[in-house]
Amino acid sequence: MDHQDPRIDEVVARVLSDLKDTPGALLPILHAVQRELGYVPASAVPLIAQGLNLSRADVHGVISFYHFFRESPPGRHTIHLCRAEACQAMNQRALEAHAKAQLGIGFHETTANGAFSFEPVYCLGNCACSPAMMIDGELYGRVTPQRFDEIVATWERK
Amino acid sequence: MAARIYVPRDAAALSLGADDVAAAIAAEAESRRLDVTIVRNGTRGMCWLEPLVEVETPSGRVGFGPVTTAEVKALFDADFLHGGRHALGVGPVETIPYFQKQERLTFARVGVTDPVSLDDYLAHDGYKGLTRALTMSPADIVKEVTDSGLRGRGGAAFPTGIKWKTVLDAPADQKYVTCNADEGDSGTFADRMLMEGDPFVLIEGMTIAAIAVGATRGYIYLRVEYPHAHRALNAAIEAAYARGFLGRNIQGSGKRFDLEVRLGAGAYICGEETSMLESLEGKRGEIRPRPPLPAVKGLFGQPTIVNNVISLASVPIILTKGAAFYRDFGVGRSRGTLTIQLGGNLKRTGLVERAFGITLREVLYDFGGGSASGRPIRAVQVGGPLGAYLPESQFDTPLDYEAFTAINALVGHGGVVAFDDTVDMAEMARFAMEFCALESCGKCTPCRIGSTRGVEVIDRIIRGTDRDANLALLEELCDTMLNGSLCGLGGLTPYPVQSALVHFRQDFLKA
Repeated sequence: MDHQDPRIDEVVARVLSDLKDTPGALLPILHAVQRELGYVPASAVPLIAQGLNLSRADVHGVISFYHFFRESPPGRHTIHLCRAEACQAMNQRALEAHAKAQLGIGFHETTANGAFSFEPVYCLGNCACSPAMMIDGELYGRVTPQRFDEIVATWERK
Repeated sequence: MAARIYVPRDAAALSLGADDVAAAIAAEAESRRLDVTIVRNGTRGMCWLEPLVEVETPSGRVGFGPVTTAEVKALFDADFLHGGRHALGVGPVETIPYFQKQERLTFARVGVTDPVSLDDYLAHDGYKGLTRALTMSPADIVKEVTDSGLRGRGGAAFPTGIKWKTVLDAPADQKYVTCNADEGDSGTFADRMLMEGDPFVLIEGMTIAAIAVGATRGYIYLRVEYPHAHRALNAAIEAAYARGFLGRNIQGSGKRFDLEVRLGAGAYICGEETSMLESLEGKRGEIRPRPPLPAVKGLFGQPTIVNNVISLASVPIILTKGAAFYRDFGVGRSRGTLTIQLGGNLKRTGLVERAFGITLREVLYDFGGGSASGRPIRAVQVGGPLGAYLPESQFDTPLDYEAFTAINALVGHGGVVAFDDTVDMAEMARFAMEFCALESCGKCTPCRIGSTRGVEVIDRIIRGTDRDANLALLEELCDTMLNGSLCGLGGLTPYPVQSALVHFRQDFLKA
């Protein structure tokens, strides 16, 4: 399936030519690929490995080490819900249960209509406005179950 | 003259709708044909008032908060631009006790200035530290930092000047200055607020560090969860290059320093310095055994400074005002100020910069105003997810590295997370082990395996399965992790677990 997306080869080639000579290039390259494609496709791994003179295992090992890198396409939007202590002190556990019920999915899953992927995160640095979540880089604070529904509804239309 | 209005651009304010408020103010002013300038400042750190809108008046900046878009029209109706009264008014912002009682050294400009305006930075004493540093010998700069008593604010509290001296004394063709901005500790956000609210002070601090040790290249390793800080840092770095504060000839001194931001990828462990260096090199963020120290053999095998954001951002004021000025704040061996972050279940959450020595009780009640829920505060975790949970009987402990060590707790990065009496501390202990299992880099066994076994053992205790034997086993496991782990993740996870066991034992005995 990866090979059916004609953009992969082109994106990876361009990213490699831009970044391969930068010191410690692998993370910047993976970020750039994921920024454009939404994930790091399996077929990108041998291309990146070859471009950096690494083994495929090296590249795969790095991708799988970091929670942020995805190996499958995400939904149109990605919700990151904070699970850390400050949020827990402000009813995060109830919010998490509500979110899962409303979305109909658990963490690391994507809704059937492809609108949302749902990921846990351990601190968004918004502990003074707990509980917090982030959707595609937009931060939200003091998220009650009701506010969650309102925010998600506005994103669903985007 | 245009009225000057401040609406924060800090992510915390944005998370509560500050962008919409700024847009609504602009639209309302336009429809009333009023001439206004809207400045997007950092946050004052009084998060319960966010979005906190400030208006410049002849008698200082007066605040209104928390402002929602629905109230913007009423603010204009009340003539808030010219001293009009409104229910959201909080008066002159700098006389609010929460703010007035602080000692803002590192955060002096945060919330005051436009964070990405270099002119604003220069107008508020910016780059005075670098200007002085450029007249000094490297050894004298290092001595100034050493004499200030500054210790690593990331949590380890190692004397910054001593680290710098090791790098200065290490002969090498290439040295590096790296900033650890992987602020993954839950309950902490001082780095984020500083980077979003005054990115130039971090850049200046890193530039001084580079000149002090002879480094020509620097990296800010920023966590990917902080896109707002990323944008602010990149804008500030670009401005600093454009005006000769970074690059090949800093302010005509002939000194070179190149700086860029590198993004992490959601691995908590990369806040550990050797793991961060591995990640910067493009590898899995696995711990390196020490020695060698990064100061001797760090990034790409070269002598490297690794400092936390707040440590580096405290350097400019030390160089500007001198070591003695900074050292005069604080107690014992904890000199200067601590940026305390109040989070979780508190009425007045936010950032408080105070000299070391203030007690936890003062922080929780005088600043924090008690719990947000109105119920008693039962437990407080200080210093991030690896910090101990403290019961009410320990609230009189002063925030001081040594005082916290004495009660088997951590000051860490200064995060304070309060829980009310609905918290289940056995669940929190379990969560600490679960988090460690999730974030362990896998390099050492006590952390990798111990954390998973820890979750299982705590589950058995909670269920009441063979409880006494499992409690003994948990103690033994904690001891193994504490003493056998390669770094702080496995080595400190026992802190929240054991403190919960000691102070809140009844929560483990319910079933």
